[in-house]
Amino acid sequence: MSEDIKKIMFTVRNAPHGTIYVYEGLEVKLIMAAYDADISVVFMDDGVYALKQGQNTDELGIKGFEKTYGVFVDYEIENVYVDRKSMEDRGMTVDDLLVIGEDEDTEEPIKPKVIDSSEIAAMMAEQHNIMSF
Amino acid sequence: MKLAVCIYEGPYNHEASDSAYHFIKAAIDKGHEIRGIFFYHDGVYNVTKLMEPPQDDRHISNRWSELGATGIDIVVCIAAAKRRGIVDDVLVDNVRISGLGQLTMMAIEADRMVTFGD
Repeated sequence: MSEDIKKIMFTVRNAPHGTIYVYEGLEVKLIMAAYDADISVVFMDDGVYALKQGQNTDELGIKGFEKTYGVFVDYEIENVYVDRKSMEDRGMTVDDLLVIGEDEDTEEPIKPKVIDSSEIAAMMAEQHNIMSF
Repeated sequence: MKLAVCIYEGPYNHEASDSAYHFIKAAIDKGHEIRGIFFYHDGVYNVTKLMEPPQDDRHISNRWSELGATGIDIVVCIAAAKRRGIVDDVLVDNVRISGLGQLTMMAIEADRMVTFGD
């Protein structure tokens, strides 16, 4: 990848419902993916709830956006990570995580990668800019 | 340093808009360049000319307009604005409505992007 391509990280730290930050933040990611930037997304703190399978917003009367995460790989948003401690603190495991696309060759479902906070810190240090939603 | 500033919260209810304004003034005084200011989420409410605060209070949208008059690019996200009833007709001068592509360019071109909001 060219030196000129800027690395931009999104952190998702809020719960998916209750405020609009995560939903409108998702719109930013999908738009930014169309530009020449090296994008990564990290779900941490209550943000890990956004990746929980089987969300149902019918009774909230709000259009859910869980399914939209399924297009991440199609949009070339492939560097998607979950903070292990945030996930475990909330009683979630990898099995709870939704699928963000499928492998082009094998058609295997792709899930976000679970990583430790030290790895997130190392990635943050390499970013040109970080945006939080 | 070239800075971009993102504001996520509406006026008066939350201090984000005030903090962003003071940050930008201080950064300019220190000789930094402001690549752009982007209003997102409820932040789009900061630049409506329909607001009319008491005279002894700060006028938040006029303040942003004055900053825009100095040549700083101030952009309101069209998707966030449409959702909340903010259209060209109600905008103060020196502010424009555009897309998230503008935010992308700010994030790419600025040395630092500073966000104000929860």
